[in-house]
Amino acid sequence: MGELTVVVSTVLVAAGVIVLATFTAALDAALDPAGRPPAAGPAPRGWSAALRLPVVESARLLRQRRRTTVAADRLLWRVGVLGLPVLALLMAALVPLGPGTVADSSVGIVWFNALDVTVWALVWMAGWGPNSVYSLVGGYRFVAQALAYELPLMFALTAPAVAAGSLRLTDVVGAQHNVWFAVWMPAAFAVFCVSVAGFSVWGPLRHPAGVDIAGGVFAELSGVDRLLMLAGRYALLTAGAAIGVTLFLGGGSGPLLPEWAWVAVKTAALCAVLILLGRRLPTLRADRFVEVGWLVLLPITLLQVLVVSVVSVGQAGG
Amino acid sequence: MTLQLVLIVAAALFCVGLYGALSQQVVVMVMMGLELMINGVILAAVGFYWFVSPTPTAQVVLLVVIAAMTVEMAMGFAVATLLHRSRNSDMTDMATDLSG
Amino acid sequence: MAFWVLALVAVVSGALVFKVDSMARATYALAASFVAVGLQVLLLGLSYIGVITVLMMIMEMAIMAVYMIMYMGMNPALMPMNMVHGKRTAAVTSGAVFLALTAGILLAPWPGRSGDSDPDPTAALGEALMGSKMLVMIIVSAVLLATIIAALVLALPRGRYDRFGSDLRCRPPTDPQPGGVGR
Repeated sequence: MGELTVVVSTVLVAAGVIVLATFTAALDAALDPAGRPPAAGPAPRGWSAALRLPVVESARLLRQRRRTTVAADRLLWRVGVLGLPVLALLMAALVPLGPGTVADSSVGIVWFNALDVTVWALVWMAGWGPNSVYSLVGGYRFVAQALAYELPLMFALTAPAVAAGSLRLTDVVGAQHNVWFAVWMPAAFAVFCVSVAGFSVWGPLRHPAGVDIAGGVFAELSGVDRLLMLAGRYALLTAGAAIGVTLFLGGGSGPLLPEWAWVAVKTAALCAVLILLGRRLPTLRADRFVEVGWLVLLPITLLQVLVVSVVSVGQAGG
Repeated sequence: MTLQLVLIVAAALFCVGLYGALSQQVVVMVMMGLELMINGVILAAVGFYWFVSPTPTAQVVLLVVIAAMTVEMAMGFAVATLLHRSRNSDMTDMATDLSG
Repeated sequence: MAFWVLALVAVVSGALVFKVDSMARATYALAASFVAVGLQVLLLGLSYIGVITVLMMIMEMAIMAVYMIMYMGMNPALMPMNMVHGKRTAAVTSGAVFLALTAGILLAPWPGRSGDSDPDPTAALGEALMGSKMLVMIIVSAVLLATIIAALVLALPRGRYDRFGSDLRCRPPTDPQPGGVGR
């Protein structure tokens, strides 16, 4: 019975990630005024066309013949491309959903951190593999940018852990029964959202996939590889938002609905906010973002962790 | 799974790393050999934690080993960068003397 | 069972580091070896240290790949690399060391297990580091800080005043490589 529950909840969590990622992609398509590939037809007008677009685009990419480059490092390329959706599913497996949780590890926060560091390796491999200048530049930009937001992210993940007194995600959700962590740890929440945008190459951190290098890490992808990497990007955004909901927005707690429903609703809301902000904000160049990450984000997160630690010690001792 | 078997695996990793550290000509490949050796040490330390003394002290030893590996890698790459800049070479055989 | 699979993966990918045809593949073979050892640590009960090993090693390998390619100037095409010296000496030495270590492992009188492991090894580690083993924490912190500063001093091509550009007194500085903060 135990194994059956795990298998069923794994399948349901995977289905949930796919549904939410499709919703995210549809919202992105609805807000995108231009930039459709010509083969996909004119720009979508209205919601029904936008909701159909992820499905239509997936079908088109599944039919498309794969394009190869000269002397590509195929092993690393495929690993990089295939790894992104798998990683998003692994991240989603950590999210506590009440009785349907797939993997409630006692060091869940550190697992999430390890998974988002694996994104560095995978995106770099996806940039290195095709043996093409534009994708290589995109891969290197990603590593430089990721180094800048990673340390602030690690400290921003420490803040809920200190406040909850545990590295287990269910304990973090339980510690938010009075007030959500996003209310009294706004700096950590903001840095977390920046990092979610960073590891899904989204919004102001989309320079590794920028238009000035013909799509960067996406430049040489075609066919099912392109579908997997684009799906992986939206799925990472979704999974990152789900972990953000768990860590900062109270997880599955709420009246009326069961826990998994609240997690889904809150994740969809956070994804919508990330998509909207991503579309509004201009792209930050990777070399300029490096200075912002080290000189602005890192001191802010350190101060945030100091405040949280003082409050936790005060609450525990007082 | 006994202590001896875990230690033999760790010794195998150590010796593969030793082969690399002794035989490679490029500085970074030598460092990869060193990393493999420290990998073996980590596995051995965990084996000792589980089979001999499951105390927090053994975990502290592990943390020190991991910190030592990080320090070695950072300084190794800094020195390799300097070597490349001053002599335009990345082979250990070209770096056997002090004067340029 | 999973332990032996991981052990095999660790040793085989460690050996592959010196056999594959491309620097990026060598780096990620080493990453695979480290991840296997990290998962073995996880299986032996140390969840925090296991996950930390996996995290740090993947991060290190991602950065190491950048450096290796920078020094050796390779492109993603696969070229057979064989830059070795004294291959036979190295093989003989490492074989002899392996035999000596195995003999020592099998013949030494190892002590038995002294007590049970704590129910929460992470909390025990935290309390030990902040309590009785605080000296270790202090020394490791100082060593890491010294490493950061030393590595930056050795490796940076720019000096202290290069960010002022050609005129040292101009404010704001006209940096030839401007960052995003505008200092």
